[in-house]
Amino acid sequence: MLSRTADHLFWMARYMERAENTARMLDVNYQTSLLPQSADAVVNGWKGLLSISELSPDYASRYGEIDARKVMDYMVSDERNPSSIYSCLMAARENARAVRGTLTTEVWETQNQTWLEFQRMLRHKTFQKDPGEGFEWVKFRSHLSRGVTVGTMLQDEAFHFLRIGSFLERADNTARMLDVKFHAVESEFFGTGAANGNGNAKDQEYDFYHWSAILRSVSGFEVYRKAYRNVIKPEKVAELLILRADMPRSLAACMDEVVNNLRQVANEQSSDTLRRAGRLQADLRFGRIDEILATGLHAFLTQFLERVGTLGVGISRDFLVPVAA
Amino acid sequence: MRASFDEMQASSTTVRDHYRVYDRWLAQQPGDVMRSRREEAEMIFRRVGITFAVYGAKDEDGSGTERLIPFDLIPRVIPAAEWASMEAGLRQRVTALNRFIHDVYHGQEIIKAGIVPGDQIFKNAQFRPEMMGVDVPGSVYSHISGIDIVRAANPDGSGSYYVLEDNLRVPSGVSYMLENRKMMMRLFPDLFSQHRVAPVAHYPDLLLETLRAVAPAAVNDPTVVVLTPGMYNSAYFEHAFLAQQMGVELVEGQDLFVKDNFVYMRTTQGPKRVDVIYRRVDDDFLDPLAFRPDSTLGCAGLLSVYRAGNVTLSNAIGTGVADDKSVYPYVPKMIEFYLGEKPILNNVPTWQCREAEDLKYVLAHLGELVVKEVHGAGGYGMLVGPAASKDEIADFRKALEANPAGYIAQPTLSLSTCPTFVDSGIAPRHIDLRPFVLSGKTVQMVPGGLTRVALKEGSLVVNSSQGGGTKDTWVLEA
Repeated sequence: MLSRTADHLFWMARYMERAENTARMLDVNYQTSLLPQSADAVVNGWKGLLSISELSPDYASRYGEIDARKVMDYMVSDERNPSSIYSCLMAARENARAVRGTLTTEVWETQNQTWLEFQRMLRHKTFQKDPGEGFEWVKFRSHLSRGVTVGTMLQDEAFHFLRIGSFLERADNTARMLDVKFHAVESEFFGTGAANGNGNAKDQEYDFYHWSAILRSVSGFEVYRKAYRNVIKPEKVAELLILRADMPRSLAACMDEVVNNLRQVANEQSSDTLRRAGRLQADLRFGRIDEILATGLHAFLTQFLERVGTLGVGISRDFLVPVAA
Repeated sequence: MRASFDEMQASSTTVRDHYRVYDRWLAQQPGDVMRSRREEAEMIFRRVGITFAVYGAKDEDGSGTERLIPFDLIPRVIPAAEWASMEAGLRQRVTALNRFIHDVYHGQEIIKAGIVPGDQIFKNAQFRPEMMGVDVPGSVYSHISGIDIVRAANPDGSGSYYVLEDNLRVPSGVSYMLENRKMMMRLFPDLFSQHRVAPVAHYPDLLLETLRAVAPAAVNDPTVVVLTPGMYNSAYFEHAFLAQQMGVELVEGQDLFVKDNFVYMRTTQGPKRVDVIYRRVDDDFLDPLAFRPDSTLGCAGLLSVYRAGNVTLSNAIGTGVADDKSVYPYVPKMIEFYLGEKPILNNVPTWQCREAEDLKYVLAHLGELVVKEVHGAGGYGMLVGPAASKDEIADFRKALEANPAGYIAQPTLSLSTCPTFVDSGIAPRHIDLRPFVLSGKTVQMVPGGLTRVALKEGSLVVNSSQGGGTKDTWVLEA
């Protein structure tokens, strides 16, 4: 397969996944902001969302004050924001268009239809009238896109590069979402309550909503109950989203997919990239949550994001159109 | 009143034989069915992404430049007997044109024989001296030819087919021919059970067979690719479509490189050799080392590989020398010269403004003639005398006097019309036809071609860049 084709496929899948995750983050923040809480806490939530996407400076320079409506506009329809749903869906569709001959008709039409429909929703101001419905729609278009891929495409190289793109992006996004609290309150670890053991009831309540929000953002709330049959405990949430390979949005599950698909497309120069991916997978497969927490969750996640970034560069260099720098 | 010819109506009250069944069917359709079918068609075309880009245009909402080519629901029907003679004429014409191109780049017998003036060839910007003496597989240059044909009314009310122009460089539109048929079968399946419409869906197969047949002789199982300028080119949909239908890679210039006088593409498993390039990029952009140095659409060193016979370009470099409007008037003589046959298809009588006599006549009759730029394409740079204002004619006169050799003129043909579904209902609109002729080991084509229709009332310009639409084209077996 052409390197450029593989590149478009990889990025098509990444952008679609990113659109979904942007929608997930926005949805959770939006739902959380409806809970009774101080104005500061609400602002902190939106601040955290911008911060984990590394968008705070860009937002500040163009929009100024943090304001729920403005942040949502920025993250939904601002074409100058590369992580906005608008930019992601457009990039996914443009990448798909560049290789439409490699995709099945169903995959291409799904991608094209998503873009056309999204533009219609913007014209009808769906995301302003009912943000929840809009975000739900983005999630389902992403589900559809993946489902159509699995359901119609030959499992050849094209398929593997699509899968690598999806799961590398998801690994990145899940890690960022887990890290949100660090960005929101700028304190290490589980917030004041759990970290020093003398938190008050208010903090614990806040913690419950915070961690359940994170779970919901990765469709993990019901999964958590099923897996642990227990109250929401931060370390269990972290374990579920980092180490449980049976949780489809966990870091471990993502790395399993990345490694499996990478192995299928290996070429003469990809052994080092495969080695790095394998090591990251092993760290997750054989890691323990108490060790991770001892190092510090934020430190762990920061390092994970770096390693995922390096992996992306390696994949580009070995197979795709090499990224500059 | 000028004579007119309608493809369906023999007179205001009688329908031609080959439209009789369709006419009966149409009369039974409730009015809103056609309208809702048209909306359905538009929706499907958008979803499938059958769009083209207009240079420099922007949609009202600023969202981009992708447009649909309007699709008309009423088919253009050609009786099988008419097609049979047209097909024979196309075969003959394209064969002669290929012989001509070969001759131009080899012995130049036709110039020596005094049939085509040498300066018409050598001064032509489309003449490529790089191709002198280069042998191409099977001596075939134009593997894919789009021949534009119109039917014009005769004074007695009958109609005659004429070749309007030959497109031997990178003719486009075949994807619309295929998609239009698919759309018609989807919208009106019952029509196809009532008619024996000759199928066209095997075109990509014939195309692949043709491209494989012209691979360098030493190659057993050739790797064929389609070379596109990229997704922002107006015909990108077609490039992607043909590559997909043939199951070959769609490449851009950046995917190709030359090493040891062979062409390779960059793949995820390392370099892979390419043997046949169906290029949808003009000569000028093919190789920055040989032609335009600023081109990023081609591949550096391609020409030298090509000249060495290690890759086939389809169409060959330098075919433009034969489809230029200044060479067009000589095609009937080429047919006689190379094949010793009488031309089956008519040329439109043409005045060459480079000849003093002809120029004098043209200047005196600007109001009646169609004057075309010799190198123009896409309906740009032409004057349609009867439709032009005094000022437009005056401006054109100046341009023509400044550079007579740059123009030819033809009588304003009364192009045939075909009933077309427009906003006001069903009304006659002017049409043309572009059959696609494939030349490899043999000359092949699918029945019919792409019918283009000028949607504006009275307009003769069918180009999609100027508001033209398309129709499904039926060759109807009796």
